[in-house]
Amino acid sequence: MASAASQFDIDATRMVGDTDQREMVQRSLSGYEKTRSSNASRFQDWESARTLAAAIKDEAIRHLDQYLVQFEEKLVARGVKVFWANDAVEARTYILDLARTKQAKSIVKSKTMVSEEIHLNEALEEAGFHVVESDLGEFIVQLRHEPPYHIVFPAMHLTRGQISELFQQKLGAQPTADPEELTMIARKALRQEYLSADIGITGANFAVAETGMISITENEGNARLTCALPKTHVVLLGIEKVLPRLADLALFLPMLATAGTGQQITCYNSMVSGPRSAEELDGPEEMHVILLDNSRTRLLADAEQRDSLRCIRCGACLNVCPIFRNVGGHTYGTTYQGPIGSVITPHLRGLQSWQHLSQASSLCGACTETCPVKIDLHHHLLQNRRNAVAEKGSPFQRLGFKAFAFVVNRPSWFGIAIRAMKVFAPLQRLFNATSADPAWSWTKSRELPAFARKSFRDLWKQRTQ
Amino acid sequence: MSARDSILARIREALRVSVPGHPGERETQPNDGVTGVRQVLPQVPDDFPGQVALFAERSEGLKTEFLPCADDSAASAQLKMLAEREKWESIALPADDRIRTLLSAVSLSKIEVSRATAKTDLEKVSAGITGCDALIAQTGSVLVTAASAGGRALSVLPVHHVVIAMSSQVVPDLPAAFELLERKYAPNFPSFMTFITGPSRTGDIERVLVLGAHGPRKLSVILIGGEGTEPATPS
Repeated sequence: MASAASQFDIDATRMVGDTDQREMVQRSLSGYEKTRSSNASRFQDWESARTLAAAIKDEAIRHLDQYLVQFEEKLVARGVKVFWANDAVEARTYILDLARTKQAKSIVKSKTMVSEEIHLNEALEEAGFHVVESDLGEFIVQLRHEPPYHIVFPAMHLTRGQISELFQQKLGAQPTADPEELTMIARKALRQEYLSADIGITGANFAVAETGMISITENEGNARLTCALPKTHVVLLGIEKVLPRLADLALFLPMLATAGTGQQITCYNSMVSGPRSAEELDGPEEMHVILLDNSRTRLLADAEQRDSLRCIRCGACLNVCPIFRNVGGHTYGTTYQGPIGSVITPHLRGLQSWQHLSQASSLCGACTETCPVKIDLHHHLLQNRRNAVAEKGSPFQRLGFKAFAFVVNRPSWFGIAIRAMKVFAPLQRLFNATSADPAWSWTKSRELPAFARKSFRDLWKQRTQ
Repeated sequence: MSARDSILARIREALRVSVPGHPGERETQPNDGVTGVRQVLPQVPDDFPGQVALFAERSEGLKTEFLPCADDSAASAQLKMLAEREKWESIALPADDRIRTLLSAVSLSKIEVSRATAKTDLEKVSAGITGCDALIAQTGSVLVTAASAGGRALSVLPVHHVVIAMSSQVVPDLPAAFELLERKYAPNFPSFMTFITGPSRTGDIERVLVLGAHGPRKLSVILIGGEGTEPATPS
């Protein structure tokens, strides 16, 4: 199997040639930009909102142990079973055991990136359980047996034609080019799933410590149905989701929507604090909350990049990233794509295998500028590069940089080097864009810029004479 | 060591190194949240007619049908109008005296939800009619809870959701909505509470907006006392 880095190269190269898919991605993201900026401008002060959101998240992270314990206590008092999982295996095992105990025949899920992170669907299917994703985009990619393309827009790379074909094959549906009809096909298929499912699994966008509630943000109503109809409700969330107070949601719900989809607030924002209580008419009989670490504490221990735990998974940094827009979501080969994925994946899955993602960046800083919780994303990409080299740089790379530093720190050597390059430039042209070209890694896809007739140093000398 | 203890130990160990000077890092006081938040969120008029007008404007953008009316008899007439226009065959409602009375002029088969109501029956009705806890002018949202909306399913399973709201339930913004929840329920919150903002929607296919993805395709909000009147004294 190819390493993650070489697979990234292969997929990125292929994707750059796929103009149809790139156009799809660009078009849908330009619509997002328009609605987002109009809704952000409705805020009295979007910049202060970002500062406030970052401060609240920092407060939660700084007292993470206390808030998690408080969150747990409140939930337990409402009859919720809270399970702490060190890693993916522990979380999966708990859910598998639960499904077996409940003799579950079918399980309905609403969108949760953490379940992608721990590969829950594969584990449940392997154990013989019927699992259905209920978010429309997730439902589509599940039918295609592929991972979500984007943490918020899972099926953004597919055309209506491809989706119609998929529904014909997998659901026996009639062909149609109407997104509304396609949505209704999925609605009809999924209604039966909610009504018959024994277990509903959801994620959580926020975990309110003060009141012991999980908060779920969505547009379709699938999460509401998932926690209303099945007898058992399982919530899977990362430990970084904590917010100190219930009132903090007044800020985070509209910010998540504005940054995430460009909406002022999404259609449904639900807060769940337990199974149905004695006086309530419906709702699940049992609720289980799984708090997952899975290397988040490792990120916490890195004081420099700890602010990455503020992330509310809105996807805004993906939407504005020139790399994401050109290589697409699947190329990353990670659960979390885009700048945030490039920053945190090395912490979650190993620096050496995933540091190449930090190289795939123009360092333009669009991600940092757009992040609603002010994560210093593009600097973290630089830090990952530095850390990767410090941990295990190649001798060749070290020698190269040493030589470079030696030359650029000495004006006379620098002058000689420039002149030497001018001499060698015609020689390079003989091999231009062939594999014998010393600048091959650049020239295979780009023109090598021509040397200026006079260097800046020459021009400067003339001016100051 | 249990997973709980080892996770908490790792967190405490990691937090021994503090980070000064991260952008935005400061010590927030437990109660300065609400004022701070209110200053950054979208502005809302102070007066009741202004707030109702904003709710109406938001509703239009969200494709919520907003029906302000003067009193209970006007609300009854609106419900009758909806029943005829939408050709309702059956409806479901919570066991609530006021809603029952408002619907007395609508002669259709009615389910009053209880523990015994089958979800498959609820799925088939033409409309679910519920009360609410608040209308939020800032966002055009309806706040419902398992307590105010006849449980979790009634407001999401039927294809048309009709909300009956009182003028005293209009609040200006999201911070006010959370204050209301705390005042009304804390510490025994209903197990389920949700802000509903427009009918269910998706843009998952080519980012084209489609209503009625999984929840109701239509959302109608009847505001009693919302037409040219001052709000009733809050209860």
